Amino acid sequence: MTKTVTDVICPFCGTLCDDLEVVVSDDGKELYEVYNACAIGAEKFLHSQAKDRITRPRMRQEDGSWKEISYDEAIEYTARMLTDAKKPLMYGWSSTNCEAQAVGSEIGEAVGAVMDNTATVCHGTSLIAVQDIGIPSCTLGEIKNRADRILFWGCNPAHAHPRHMSRYSIFPRGFFTGKGHTGRKVIVVDPRPTDTASLADIHLQVEQGRDYELLDALRVAFKGEKLPDVVAGIPKAKIYEAAETLKSGRFAIIFFGMGVTQSLGKNHNIDEAIAVTRDLNEYTKAAIMPMRGHYNVTGSGQVWGWLFGFPYAVDLSRGFARYNPGETTSNDLLRRDEVDAVFVLGSDPGAHFPFSSVKKIYNRPSVAIDPHETPTTEVCKVHVPVAFVGVEIGGCAYRMDNVPIETRKVVEPPEGMMTDEEFLKRVLGRVKEIQGV
Amino acid sequence: MAEYLIKNGFVFDPVLGIKGDKADIAIKDGKIVETTALSSPKVIDAAGKTVMAGGVDVHAHVAGPKVNVGRNFRPEDKLFGYKPRNGIERMQGGFSVPTTIRTGYNYARMGYTTVMEAAMPPLFARHTHEEMRDTPILDQGAYPVFGNNWFVLEYLKNHEIENTAAYVAWLLKATKGYAVKVVNPGGTEAWGWGLNCENVHDPVPYFDITPAQIVTGLIEANEYLGLPHSMHVHANNLGNPGNYTTTLDTFQLSEGIKPNSKFGRDQVMHHTHVQFHSYGGDNWGNMESKAKEIMDYVNSHDNITIDMGQVTLDETTTMTADGPFEHHLTELNHLKWANADVELETAAGVVPYVYSPGIKVCGIQWCIGLELALLAKDPMRVFITTDHPNAGPFIRYPRVMKWLMSQEAREQQLDAFKHKDKVIDATNVAGIDRELSLYEIAQMTRTGPAKSLGLSHMYGGLAPGLEADVAVYDFNPNEPYAPDDIEKAFLNAEHLFKTGVQVIRDHEIASNGNKRTLWVNAKVNENPQVMRDVKEKFLRYYTVTLNNYEVTGHYLPNPYVIEVDATQ
Repeated sequence: MTKTVTDVICPFCGTLCDDLEVVVSDDGKELYEVYNACAIGAEKFLHSQAKDRITRPRMRQEDGSWKEISYDEAIEYTARMLTDAKKPLMYGWSSTNCEAQAVGSEIGEAVGAVMDNTATVCHGTSLIAVQDIGIPSCTLGEIKNRADRILFWGCNPAHAHPRHMSRYSIFPRGFFTGKGHTGRKVIVVDPRPTDTASLADIHLQVEQGRDYELLDALRVAFKGEKLPDVVAGIPKAKIYEAAETLKSGRFAIIFFGMGVTQSLGKNHNIDEAIAVTRDLNEYTKAAIMPMRGHYNVTGSGQVWGWLFGFPYAVDLSRGFARYNPGETTSNDLLRRDEVDAVFVLGSDPGAHFPFSSVKKIYNRPSVAIDPHETPTTEVCKVHVPVAFVGVEIGGCAYRMDNVPIETRKVVEPPEGMMTDEEFLKRVLGRVKEIQGV
Repeated sequence: MAEYLIKNGFVFDPVLGIKGDKADIAIKDGKIVETTALSSPKVIDAAGKTVMAGGVDVHAHVAGPKVNVGRNFRPEDKLFGYKPRNGIERMQGGFSVPTTIRTGYNYARMGYTTVMEAAMPPLFARHTHEEMRDTPILDQGAYPVFGNNWFVLEYLKNHEIENTAAYVAWLLKATKGYAVKVVNPGGTEAWGWGLNCENVHDPVPYFDITPAQIVTGLIEANEYLGLPHSMHVHANNLGNPGNYTTTLDTFQLSEGIKPNSKFGRDQVMHHTHVQFHSYGGDNWGNMESKAKEIMDYVNSHDNITIDMGQVTLDETTTMTADGPFEHHLTELNHLKWANADVELETAAGVVPYVYSPGIKVCGIQWCIGLELALLAKDPMRVFITTDHPNAGPFIRYPRVMKWLMSQEAREQQLDAFKHKDKVIDATNVAGIDRELSLYEIAQMTRTGPAKSLGLSHMYGGLAPGLEADVAVYDFNPNEPYAPDDIEKAFLNAEHLFKTGVQVIRDHEIASNGNKRTLWVNAKVNENPQVMRDVKEKFLRYYTVTLNNYEVTGHYLPNPYVIEVDATQ
């Protein structure tokens, strides 16, 4: 017999859908089916059932092969590595729960680590822009219930946040938006004709790397001032049309992604996008929101916010917290040889960092805590597999709009596997022992 | 648990009526006891020192989403002030929006042991509780906001008090909240469309209800339930010249309503940070103090309590669920602006602000706050706050005490204003020679707030049976002192006991305490209509499911539940 668990939270992307239904065996040991999730989300649940899953820590040998070790040995290696290091990097934290993030922060404090999360190669630029100019935003339900102008800038939710458009942005019928998508105008800014762009009323096919100019042009157009004939590859008539569309709405929302945070201009693009939103508030109601990627990258920024006062790139190595993106960010530290050990949890820098950074990880004492085998586990000295957060253990996660939702445990992890939090608590205990406090 | 005897201190305790006489305070099993109940106590020599109950803060923004926005978007707030970790103390950063660790320690250093988070957006209740969990030492509770909640607006449009009360009880349980908070009633919902409600009769767009109906209805629902605290309001039209009439209109909504609570409070309305609501004039040029008019009303109506919201003349971070106000403020000072509207419930805004002694308006605001306390006839109903961090950070409380206790200190500050004469012309404070006593300070920071919160059975005094929250300050009230000595002493308690645990010893943090989170579990009769409405709204309009909304137990590792039975 089987049972169905409802209201399950999907631990994949920042959309953090919480309406999944998961069919599990009566004893809660096997997971059979996932309903309501997108293809990526469903795969995450199903992957926990993989028969070839690694269930015990392993250590890289001289000859490059893996040797299985016990959790105790992995804890010892990790605690020693962190306490021996002068300035370890503790990176990741985006695919785990806030409980683990809080324990990890305490370890970082004890060993004087640099704490950084995936925002460093993602929305870190947005966080910098927010520190410059602020951010008028809202929860996703406000968009569902009120928004009639939806702008996607440099993001492609059709593929990256598959249920975003149906749950929150384009299609849902909300309190003041009873007509659903027919009552909304959609604008997409993207150099590529993406699947999201195919749904747009207006697609501004911006010239690559010219986002700043186009954002600036919108601000000019709001004020009815003169524009050159073409800005960023877009004829001015189309810019005026887009500006008028935004101004004439009752509630406008701008969603933005990697296409604008990590392209030419970086945080300055976001400064300008937020300024566009501020300007729009002179005429109507407007909000702006980053399309956060990992399901709990937002949460790690929150946890560090209340513990240290900074959302990423937090250097604790001097005994107090410093924040200086460009100096205290992971890639800069790795490439300048400023960190002497690398701890990775809940992220895959092996796949996403520049090769020059990945080589540095390979050359250092390193631990990867991850349920999967990843490019990161391939370059680390020790791999500690753990239970899947949101599948085999619950815990708090923050949606892209900062709404905290408690994820659920739906199935038992394989016998004897530790969770992130358990592992970290043991490491913290051992660190304290080694330090004699 | 260890026993303590705090000997020979000058005790100021409004509960026992001790006004600076020498007395011994005994602590056993986390409570204050008769000295005869001790067997072999550790003795704390408090001779020549001031002894008071632990401080109780009725209104501060110390945990939750907008507080964290303030932290994360103001790296500059951490410049120069970071404190490295040291022994049992973890690292501490931030000035106007300190980290949770610093929040706990700094309140303790001032001798405070109970702090209420003044505005919790229900959808973000988990976040608020996570931060409170990571705030050491203090007992805390949080007030969920109700004044722009769609359920409340729809029920109160038809004056459905019983349904409103049932919903309030349900939401308090779901969010593990403590009291009914109202911020810019109706105005924040209007802000969903970029609009506002500027007075108590300004209708809320679409919902066809006025702020007056919301406030009155929530007072009635609050009394229907008999909650420990009263309805706690931040009225419409905050921060605008001429707004004192809106404030008086709001006060009047409480007229004729009597408290129905077994928790010993006498008020049915607590109006917060009244300084921001006591402005005359009709523009920033002729803005003036209306503190007299406000205090005339408060002094003659004993079903109201207020807190000051004292401007401390610092660079700070304003944050409020009054979304339209923060937009107004960013237009005024052109500093960065964060806003977060919350589906079906509320909104919030955050803007840094510099209260400069060089700016006339800031000087006037400073005077108004002090006037409220100095014109108070009953210090048990007027509490010291800075609406942390809106009018200034909480670590300035001792400075506020100094200003209230010393005319000389006030004159020093008036002299330091760039526009001294204009400030004096627009205010009353220069003509007030009242100097508050330590006994009155204890009323305004301990006994009064505890009573207003319905917690006088636990906090606010040194009578046997109360929680053993006791502060010892290195301050001898019987010797001559300079005004600055007050600030220095009250910023740095020599000893502090929290529920019987010594958390500060010789000015050093000695323990992370045994923090508790207070919440109110109000039992009401089954109400199928409200439960049906809840289900429907979650199905159709919320973006989280009903089953994922309630804050579960592990967010409150050490809960203290106050049970209320409203089933009669």
